[in-house]
Amino acid sequence: MQPTEENIQYAITAINLTKAFGEFIAVDHISFNIKQGEIFGFLGANGAGKTTAMRMLCGLSKPTSGEATVAGFDVSTQPESIKKNIGYMSQKFSLYEDLTVMENIRFYAGIYGLSDKDIKEKVRIYYNTYTSIMKKNKLVGSLPLGWKQKLSFSIALIHEPKIVFLDEPTGGVDPLTRREFWEMIYAASQRGTTLFVTTHYMDEAEYCHRVSIMVDGSIAALGTPAELKKQFAAESMSDVFLQLARQATRQAD
Amino acid sequence: MKSISVENLSKSFVNGKETVEAVKPLSFEIDKAELFGFIGPDGAGKTTLIRMLTTLILADTGTATVDGFDVVMNYKEIRKRVGYMPGKFSLYQDLSVQENLEFFATIFQTTVKANYHLIKDIYDQLAPFADRPAGKLSGGMKQKLALCCALIHKPTVLFLDEPTTGVDAVSRKEFWEMLKRLQQKGITILVSTPYMDEASLCDRVALMQDGKFLRIDTPSQIIKNYSKTLLAVKGKEMFPLLQHLQRIEGIEMAYPFGEYHHVVLQNDATSIDLLKSQLQSTQELEIKPATPDIEDCFIYAMQNN
Repeated sequence: MQPTEENIQYAITAINLTKAFGEFIAVDHISFNIKQGEIFGFLGANGAGKTTAMRMLCGLSKPTSGEATVAGFDVSTQPESIKKNIGYMSQKFSLYEDLTVMENIRFYAGIYGLSDKDIKEKVRIYYNTYTSIMKKNKLVGSLPLGWKQKLSFSIALIHEPKIVFLDEPTGGVDPLTRREFWEMIYAASQRGTTLFVTTHYMDEAEYCHRVSIMVDGSIAALGTPAELKKQFAAESMSDVFLQLARQATRQAD
Repeated sequence: MKSISVENLSKSFVNGKETVEAVKPLSFEIDKAELFGFIGPDGAGKTTLIRMLTTLILADTGTATVDGFDVVMNYKEIRKRVGYMPGKFSLYQDLSVQENLEFFATIFQTTVKANYHLIKDIYDQLAPFADRPAGKLSGGMKQKLALCCALIHKPTVLFLDEPTTGVDAVSRKEFWEMLKRLQQKGITILVSTPYMDEASLCDRVALMQDGKFLRIDTPSQIIKNYSKTLLAVKGKEMFPLLQHLQRIEGIEMAYPFGEYHHVVLQNDATSIDLLKSQLQSTQELEIKPATPDIEDCFIYAMQNN
């Protein structure tokens, strides 16, 4: 697909995106547009279809029907181009535990095809951020979880992708580091990166520009946190979420 | 008699050339039928502490009793009496729901029937899947089965290690309602969690960080003891506002807190009016006093640890 005016202004578009596994419709005609630089919260109970939807958007799973573009590329026909243009931080820590911080950085920069010159530059920049934890030339496996997560995020950004998918990036992280992590998200958004985030912390839903809530494979609500709270006459995003998720009929996972 | 009594219990691990003090010497007591929470992030020492109390690892220093029995001398007695649900799913994946339950009942020389009243509420939801292998259950159902298996021998003390991690807000709420009902049956419950909002559901909590208790008290008392002035601040552009707040003198801390930023004032010399004048350029500015919650207490205690 040629980039046109319409799909350039949005980082992600989805029109009736659907995924069925046999009889089971995991994701059922979801539609949304996400703007460049937007922090988009993607919420839903366990089993609502978040992971399946995210896998389609990352080019890892083919939709059964419907369309979606990510960074201007079609998820069905151009998954490889999508993979080059997105960053992904998995819920499960997936850096190399037996390598040091710098070795991980060099490795991932190499994998994403950065030139030697660019890799050197990245190492120089990252060195400043991670200098406090690198004094002992530590292996990544021995870092506290909060630092691991910050490092994973930095590495997801290493090839300067237009869009980054973050799957529960702050689970189990202490409250201070969790907030520092969100400051990193804000900073990336200000540089124009689009962030697609899932979380179980409802206060984090408030930090997103817009939030969608999936129930039984469909998007049950979509809007800014202020709009959603108004729409559901709720005091907090947690109330909004509970109201919607309780309507679910599908069994979790 | 206290249900649990701990004195100077500590544990270190050697990791290569480094020694990690997973649990620094801790002392505390837990009452019978108390619902007690260990609240803290990954790496705080919650699991190590629970594993010492369930007699799965030996402490380096100190003593502990569970139900009046010493964790070293009378470990066998303790194992008969406590229920333990580890953070990692540890039932037999190839056995069905029913088989797992019967297996654990038999191991403890009892029957499912004898203590069915304890698990009835929970098991009713599992019953439609009685013949399904445990490994093929959804996350929420696995968790319910694990709880049933931990309860089937009618334990006096129940240890739950991060039962709600990675679980959505609705299922978490339901899980806590189950715990409350078990507590009413006289079972002492120790539960660990990284979710600060679950603290308010416990009778007492220990806020844990780096192997230490930052606070140990009732949730309401911990909040009462928060001595700082806390404000909630909101504006049109939240991130620039946060950066601005963090540079203002007289502000000890500023961090995102849901819809608002929370601002901890250094002393009373800084007032709302003074802050307003410094933030004149902020569009749609709103400043109001805020009531701290457990997370504010945790953040403050962590920073001043």
